[in-house]
Amino acid sequence: MTISDTNPPASTGQGGSPPHGAAAPTHHVAPQADHADRAKSFVQRVADLRAWLFLAALIIVFESWARLDFGGTFVLNGFNLQSIAIFAVAPLLLATGQTFVIISGGIDLSLGFIMGLAAVVASHAINALNPALGLPLAVLGGFVIAVAVAAIPGFVNGLLISRLKVPPFIGTLGMFGVARGVAFLLAGGTTVPVSNSVFATIGNGRFYSIPYIVIIAAVFVLIMHYLLSQTRFGQHNYAIGANVQAARRSGIDIKSHLLRLYILSAICAGVAGVLYAARFSAGAAQAGEPLLLDSVAAVVIGGASLFGGSGTILGTVAGALVIAVIQYGLVFVNVEPFWQFISVGVVIIISVLIDQAQRRFSGGRQDE
Amino acid sequence: MSSVAHGEPLLEVVNLSKHFGAVRALNDLSMTVHAGEVVALAGDNGAGKTTLIKAISGVFKPSGGEIRLKGQPVTFATPQEARDKGIETIYQDLALADNLTIGANIFLGREPMTKRFGFLPVLDRKKMADAARKTMALLDFHVSRMDAPVSNFSGGQRQAVAIGRAVYWDAQILIMDEPTAALGVPEQRKVISLIHQLKAQGRGVIFISHNLQDIFAVSDRIVVLRRGVMAGERKIAETTHDEVVKLMIGG
Ligand SMILES: Nc1ncnc2c1ncn2[C@@H]1O[C@H](COP(=O)(O)OP(=O)(O)O)[C@@H](O)[C@H]1O
Ligand SMILES: [Mg+2]
Repeated sequence: MTISDTNPPASTGQGGSPPHGAAAPTHHVAPQADHADRAKSFVQRVADLRAWLFLAALIIVFESWARLDFGGTFVLNGFNLQSIAIFAVAPLLLATGQTFVIISGGIDLSLGFIMGLAAVVASHAINALNPALGLPLAVLGGFVIAVAVAAIPGFVNGLLISRLKVPPFIGTLGMFGVARGVAFLLAGGTTVPVSNSVFATIGNGRFYSIPYIVIIAAVFVLIMHYLLSQTRFGQHNYAIGANVQAARRSGIDIKSHLLRLYILSAICAGVAGVLYAARFSAGAAQAGEPLLLDSVAAVVIGGASLFGGSGTILGTVAGALVIAVIQYGLVFVNVEPFWQFISVGVVIIISVLIDQAQRRFSGGRQDE
Repeated sequence: MSSVAHGEPLLEVVNLSKHFGAVRALNDLSMTVHAGEVVALAGDNGAGKTTLIKAISGVFKPSGGEIRLKGQPVTFATPQEARDKGIETIYQDLALADNLTIGANIFLGREPMTKRFGFLPVLDRKKMADAARKTMALLDFHVSRMDAPVSNFSGGQRQAVAIGRAVYWDAQILIMDEPTAALGVPEQRKVISLIHQLKAQGRGVIFISHNLQDIFAVSDRIVVLRRGVMAGERKIAETTHDEVVKLMIGG
């Protein structure tokens, strides 16, 4: 207890009069806080941009390398840019869903195989619909069916996590297995070829040298950016990731939010699966297998914290491009492909270190 | 301080009891809070202070007794119901989303929307920032950068944000459990001045404190609990630190 008997009675009268109590602290607190604000926000802004800085640095490195080593150019080459963009599509779509989940404080390990499931379902569905609907409508029907089927494991993830309080890591790990098994069963253990020229054109055609699948992915990611940054759903997602207790007390329906969240991330993987099938004119259950960790890496490199509460879609776009540039760039300059793993790993670690340094610097509660 | 305690009380607690099995955490306790009045709740650890405010704010269902708001008997099944009736509790962990701005915290769960390009619904950040600036100015809290997350602010300022949210949504009674306990001295003063502002706006305030300086600085009345019962109730103007300590420890 902090009771003091020796407290002079005078302080009673003084503190009790509002003008003293009210005026004195205001003038001291506000300017100091404002000054600190500005310094902190500068550091935050630099840290927020780190993925784009990484990207610029990587491009400079590969460009110099190409020029010094064999007198070529890396970045001024249209073919390279197209290849990198195509390369980034599927990991970026998975990472977009993963961004929402990670901001909420969760993780979705099932995205890779949900993508494979959607690729297989899209292929079967388009083949089945071709005769009845004609090629363009069959593609549309296949797309809708594949994305709807992809949403089912997302729905189950959401139920497990929101109603049954299963930790996201465990719930989505279980769904990883289920989606994987179902995808392989549906594919009969092999890849499922699609014969639909419209679908193949979408997967490989270009609009003024920009691949269609890159345009589709860009539009989709832009919509997701809007959803995260401009809507209540996005706002509540950030609040839940920072302080679920506070979100609940503010009247946010956490259960329904989490349910919609995991359906959303599964839909992102579903779209990735359909675009994969379009590009290769075939669906494969293992299509997204190597991409799951890339998706988490892209989100982390993009500035999100695995503790939840922070991250942006634009950051994730940069993160996905960083990974794509490393992977493609190392092949381009003819380095053994295993260096990819090392480089991506190093970038992830640097990213997390920056995140922690920033956290230490800007944690309002620690510097009282 | 003579302006208070006239007319009908805002809040009346009548013979309220709360038993946890054999533990009588609160026994037949009665107290009132008037508009524009600050009532301090004091007492040793385990005296029943937290139990009392949790019963008032809808966290605990009382075992017996009655709560009246402006003369009308009320019961709350959840804290949300109490909040809807204008009783807001400022929790010690503050219930803020650290990564969001002051405005976003004030509007959390009830965000205003506007249209962009005439059709696209988007969060109305300008409205949130403007409302936040106005509300915080009412509390004598001035900050130029409304786009900073609240994690950038100090403990006292965050306390002000939590209070600002209650004020914006027009809470009539604010309940605070040890609002100054975790703060440094300048920040404690800031919170005391916030309580003065709430009083000046005609709201009722109940605050728990162990700190007699704080209690004497801001309260109109003090209610002292001991082992779940009322040990004494005094007007601050008519009592001394000594007397309050004696009420708390018994004797
Ligand atoms: N949820 C609970 N279950 C059982 N006993 C409780 C509970 N909450 C409080 N008590 C008991 O009620 C008494 C009053 O506690 P509390 O209201 O927290 O006191 P204070 O806030 O004044 O320190 C204590 O004996 C405490 O152990
Ligand atoms: Mg207590």
